[in-house]
Amino acid sequence: MSEELTRPFEALPESCDVLVVGAGIMGLATAHHLARLGAGRIVVVDQSYLCSGASGRNGGGVRAQWASEINIGLMKRSLALCADFATEMGINVWFRKDGYLFLARNEKRRAELEGSVALQRSHGLPTRMIGPAEVAAIVPELDVGRVVAASYNPDDAVVFPWPFVWGYARSCQRQGVEIFPFVEAELETENGRVAGALLRSRRTANAGAEHRIRAGLTILATGAWSPEVARPLGLELPNHPHRHEICSTEPLKPFLGPLVADLESGLYFSQSMRGEIVGGISNNRVPDGLDQRSSLRFLGLYARELTRTMPILGSVRVLRQWAGCYDLTPDGSPIVGRVDGLGDLVLLCGFMGHGFMMAPIMGLLTARHLMKGEEQELFDRWSLSRFERGELLAESMILG
Amino acid sequence: MKDKTIVCRCEDVTLHQVDEAMARGHRDLESLKRYTGFGTGFCQGKQCVALCARLLVERGGDPPTRPITPRPPVRPLALADLALLVEDEG
Ligand SMILES: Cc1cc2nc3c(=O)[nH]c(=O)nc-3n(C[C@H](O)[C@H](O)[C@H](O)COP(=O)(O)OP(=O)(O)OC[C@H]3O[C@@H](n4cnc5c(N)ncnc54)[C@H](O)[C@@H]3O)c2cc1C
Repeated sequence: MSEELTRPFEALPESCDVLVVGAGIMGLATAHHLARLGAGRIVVVDQSYLCSGASGRNGGGVRAQWASEINIGLMKRSLALCADFATEMGINVWFRKDGYLFLARNEKRRAELEGSVALQRSHGLPTRMIGPAEVAAIVPELDVGRVVAASYNPDDAVVFPWPFVWGYARSCQRQGVEIFPFVEAELETENGRVAGALLRSRRTANAGAEHRIRAGLTILATGAWSPEVARPLGLELPNHPHRHEICSTEPLKPFLGPLVADLESGLYFSQSMRGEIVGGISNNRVPDGLDQRSSLRFLGLYARELTRTMPILGSVRVLRQWAGCYDLTPDGSPIVGRVDGLGDLVLLCGFMGHGFMMAPIMGLLTARHLMKGEEQELFDRWSLSRFERGELLAESMILG
Repeated sequence: MKDKTIVCRCEDVTLHQVDEAMARGHRDLESLKRYTGFGTGFCQGKQCVALCARLLVERGGDPPTRPITPRPPVRPLALADLALLVEDEG
């Protein structure tokens, strides 16, 4: 087989066992595990280049500090998979395990963090509450004047996202999964079930060329685009895209250990293995819908809060800013699994602003669920029908 | 040692890496950027984008209709200065 990671439009087959729409980290991780479990002929299509979606635009934060049992349990496993990824896949992902520090600026937040820490510890995590003095010992450059306490898990980490995408793509290709970038899918139904898709080329050379593919199973891993992709099926998804901006500075000598996060302002920042300070902040004034443009206002909001939190960064220069879309759901939890009434359609979306860290474990569990019927409880809890049943979930440690 | 002709000075990307990326099927400018990292360093592509685009086309890749998406700011700006942008907001 050729070494080409991706395939040209002309090579699209007439049919496949599994069609994965979306070659972000979710789609690729799932395809990788499906191939391992012998799911047959797997085709992955993406309307743009690999890394074009949120998977190529995120902050690379991976943490097990969560406030709900389900997220703590899953992320503990995902972190372990991230730690082994480089060795297993033979690609450097710049994994750096120096922890996450969640700052509390008031007593209410301190109490909340304490509750989460207790839950995390009961799951065997080494997270602990620390006071301002210890915060200052871990990150001396922080202004701890406004910090009442913090939760700290030294095992949380940051990675560089792109090589995760390449790693999964490479492993997919080696296992015979066919990946087609610049191919847009429009799902098609037959007798009330999703039977495949009409595929359209988006390469300049043959833009608009069409090809119909039949699929035994179709997985919608289209992140923030999912409501748009599902709509023609008459399927209204409750998630919606929300632009999230991020930026990085000129590289500095390594000095900052953990990723620092503040749930009050939504500020988070870490130092990448390349030395840059990478971070973002909540911004509730963003244009509706799928929008990946950068704004000056974001730089202002971020710079103001960052220089208050760590004044010494004032003279450091911002090199580049970019944006991507969060895939927000009404209750902060994903939407996964088969859709009642649409037979062979599987949703794998609604991962908010934390789907990157979830992908290693969710790819594995989704494949096991589909191939072996495992993990039914998780897929019930995170199903689309929970919204009809009114069984909404809760998670308070959401950033951005 | 293989080819050591530098095509992106900031990120130390070589001609050999461009060839390798293309051999792996990265046939458009954005994919090539993501795979090799050219244009993501200090000059933000000002020195290398045109060269990489030419190398791509010479090797039979998709002719770019525009440069890679520009990432603001045009020139590096200090955080202390940027913080003043929203001074008037509470
Ligand atoms: C700025 C930012 C920072 C973030 N920081 C973090 C973080 O620190 N940690 C973390 O865990 N998560 C973070 N996230 C969230 C994380 O990036 C996402 O949750 C995750 O990447 C989602 O992966 P995905 O594969 O579901 O979606 P995506 O990567 O968005 O992939 C979906 C793909 O579907 C394709 N597509 C859409 N429609 C079609 C169609 N009709 N046909 C074919 N293809 C289609 C798109 O082109 C896209 O490539 C961040 C997100 C952003 C934007």
